[in-house]
Amino acid sequence: MGLRFRRAWRMARPPLDRTARIVSVQLALATAILTGIFAGAPRAQHMDMGSAGGLPAKIGYCKDCHGPAAQGYGGFFPIPRLAGQQTEYLENQLRAFIEHRRTNNVMFNVAHTLSPATIAALAAHFRSLNPSPIGGAPKQLVSLGRKIFEDGVPDANVAACAACHGPDASGSGQIPRLAGQLYPYVIKELVNWGKERGQNPAKPDTSAIMSPVAHSLSKTQIDAVAAFVSYLK
Amino acid sequence: MAIVAGVCSAIATASAHAESLAVRNCTWCHGAAAQGYTPAPSLAGQRYQYLKNQLANFHARTRDNPFSKQYMWGAAENLSAQTARDLASYFSTLPRRAANDGDRELTGIGKTIYQEGKPEANIVACVVCHGPNAEGVGQIPRLGGLAYTYLKRRLEQWAEGYHAAAGPPMPDISGKLSPDQIEALASYLSFIP
Repeated sequence: MGLRFRRAWRMARPPLDRTARIVSVQLALATAILTGIFAGAPRAQHMDMGSAGGLPAKIGYCKDCHGPAAQGYGGFFPIPRLAGQQTEYLENQLRAFIEHRRTNNVMFNVAHTLSPATIAALAAHFRSLNPSPIGGAPKQLVSLGRKIFEDGVPDANVAACAACHGPDASGSGQIPRLAGQLYPYVIKELVNWGKERGQNPAKPDTSAIMSPVAHSLSKTQIDAVAAFVSYLK
Repeated sequence: MAIVAGVCSAIATASAHAESLAVRNCTWCHGAAAQGYTPAPSLAGQRYQYLKNQLANFHARTRDNPFSKQYMWGAAENLSAQTARDLASYFSTLPRRAANDGDRELTGIGKTIYQEGKPEANIVACVVCHGPNAEGVGQIPRLGGLAYTYLKRRLEQWAEGYHAAAGPPMPDISGKLSPDQIEALASYLSFIP
């Protein structure tokens, strides 16, 4: 587990600035904690694989909310696209819900019945899908969004999103793919970053990398970036 | 004075709508205040886009459960797109009174399913799409305050094969609900104002 975690971090395209170095210290700590937990935990046979329908039924359950091709869905709350997402990101988020690093009651209920084997199988399945983005974002925001994504916001010391998420926003390791992600979802996440991510002080995680960025972007800039990435394939 | 005049004109517009033949044709069955009358559901305070879509579905005969076929296919047959928009707009602005006609003892179970789903049975939480107060949004209907029997029949009918007008995911989700869970959800929702 610890090895995998470190590999995920190395795989990320690193902006080797001060933030990254601070975070990497936090990550080393997180790695140590996670290694301890996973080494000590027996691979319990959870009920989920034995529940009606096994893995196909569980995939159908995810798609009831995330859409038939996991392209995301605009419910009362925006439900994110899972299709084409990085497997390590998906696995890390499901564990984050379980460990209360990421607060979301609905997803805690979903995730806490999943065994590690099921989590891995779900992540691999969703990674393999590639439907078209559902679109719908205001097109007039796209050009500003592209500029922020590619160049960052020097005045606010915000690095280019492309530095970590990749020039095509496909993500890497624990750093998520943003291409095709739902416009209202990206906005909601960036606006609420400090209230939803990294919420378990005993388990610091990679979400800390985004905290200064989410804080420094104005609402207009957030909207623009969200619009830009929502149309990427 | 301007405010009073504004209110008066709003009331005048609303009563003009209420007097219009198209509205009267709906309220024969759905009730004079559109609060629903078994088996016709409450239309009051329903989401505009949802109402508009349903009228289109009846017109296209794709919403195919028995009462829709029996009553609504005919009712929507000669409806123009403009009249459908006017009706959807009118009914969506009326205040809804909750039906309050479910089994009170089941509301706790219903609320848990609504808020949390049943992960071990692969049943998703209704709240994600229908909202924390079952208020709906856009094309997703408001469920709060609808009549117990209407809610129960809708959930049952998807599993019985009356699918056409509802895309994913509702036919799939309701097929996983047990009769007890359907009764609990319908009861809980009927009491939400």
